[in-house]
Amino acid sequence: MSSIEDRVKKIVVEQLGVEEAQVTSDASFIDDLGADSLDTVELVMALEEEFDCEIPDEEAEKIATLAQAVAYINANME
Amino acid sequence: MSKRRVVITGLGLLTPVGLNVAQTWQNIKAGKSGIAPITKFDTDKFSVKFAGMMPDFDVSEYITPKEAKKMDPFIHYGIAVGIQAFQDAGLEVTEQNATRIGVSIGSGIGGIGTIEAQHGVYQASGPRKVSPFFVPSAIINMISGHVSIKFGLKGPNLSLVTACATGTHSIGDAARLIEYGDADVMIAGGAEYATTELGLAGFAAARALSTRNDNPQAASRPWDADRDGFVLADGAGAVVLEEYEHAKSRGAKIYGEVLGFGMSGDAYHMTLPAAAGAGAARCMELALYNSKLNKSQIGYINAHGTSTPAGDVCENAAVKSVFGEHAYQLAMSSTKSMIGHALGAAGAIEAILTTLALQDQVLPPTINLDNPAEGCDLDYVAHEARDAQFDYAISNSFGFGGTNASLVLGRVK
Repeated sequence: MSSIEDRVKKIVVEQLGVEEAQVTSDASFIDDLGADSLDTVELVMALEEEFDCEIPDEEAEKIATLAQAVAYINANME
Repeated sequence: MSKRRVVITGLGLLTPVGLNVAQTWQNIKAGKSGIAPITKFDTDKFSVKFAGMMPDFDVSEYITPKEAKKMDPFIHYGIAVGIQAFQDAGLEVTEQNATRIGVSIGSGIGGIGTIEAQHGVYQASGPRKVSPFFVPSAIINMISGHVSIKFGLKGPNLSLVTACATGTHSIGDAARLIEYGDADVMIAGGAEYATTELGLAGFAAARALSTRNDNPQAASRPWDADRDGFVLADGAGAVVLEEYEHAKSRGAKIYGEVLGFGMSGDAYHMTLPAAAGAGAARCMELALYNSKLNKSQIGYINAHGTSTPAGDVCENAAVKSVFGEHAYQLAMSSTKSMIGHALGAAGAIEAILTTLALQDQVLPPTINLDNPAEGCDLDYVAHEARDAQFDYAISNSFGFGGTNASLVLGRVK
């Protein structure tokens, strides 16, 4: 089974329509990967779907990079 | 100051008979029907199982897949014809002229398919799963928004919604904006994608549609004794309207001129036309008055002609009441016999076909008119297109709610 990072990366690639190589750990979804605020809402919804969890809005606002998404999921999933 | 003249300098079309202007016009002149059985969803329980659709349309020719997934197909269609028309006009947007160029592309229904789909998501998974793009993907003025963003057009940005008269009102109103000085250039038109499950069910429930399931291509038969309703269609059309001196000074190709625009309300019924086509007659009269032409100068009418039992005879009566004896000298046809009824896009599509008819001196046909109904004794250009000499034409559109619009278009020699 693929790692959490690989699964998140795949979702970022699909949702934002970017190349996998662009999705580095600290690339900002908005500043580096061309997302707008609605894209990031949809991205978080896709993460919730993939990991079968609910990410509260105040937490979702802090997820701006691949590393932050992976850290959140690691911290909140057993 | 004399009235500012408004000419047509760019065209864009997407219809069930063609995915651009040239292909559509060629098939219209050939009398080809674009109506086909619906296969994209199960029509088993539907009383109507066919429509006019564009299965070969590829949105990626116009915008990226990433952009496209945030928009309902009616927006894809509207953007596509906006791009076609704007590129056709060859206009260059500069810092100086950007605020003088506007967009007004409307729709009759808007993103009904997106509303259906997101309602399904809501029912199944609750409010947190509704897409953040739901609203901007479904609302009607988003075509004008996207086209303005794409080309940097900072002039008037709007969209009219008058059901099946939307395209005609959009073009007439945009021409007025140019005349009045609000803009020098407007991209105007309409787009529709209502061949969805709920769209089809709704129009079928209103008993507006033909149920000729055994022969879809013969279902749209304006003025024919056996007509039994309209055929729902997808499509889009947009024109670039431009102030005459502006167009001339940059050496633009001029397709035709918007000479007159008339509007009226029936004040009668939600879906039925007023008796004897009184509202239709009034808007043709007003468009003619606005054009300052003599009625006898009109050589062709592109009718609203939807193939409904009530609508066709009312428009017929309206034309007779407006033109008297001249009604028998002019030609009137319905290109909906081939395309079906693309609702809010219809008027824009038909204004373009009327402009091409004037330019090429060809009358588009009314196909399937085998046996004209009682009282339908005008020249409907039945079955086949034919050459004719004419300098002025009318394009009519009438919508649910009793809203009527007519354009008078002229040939530029």
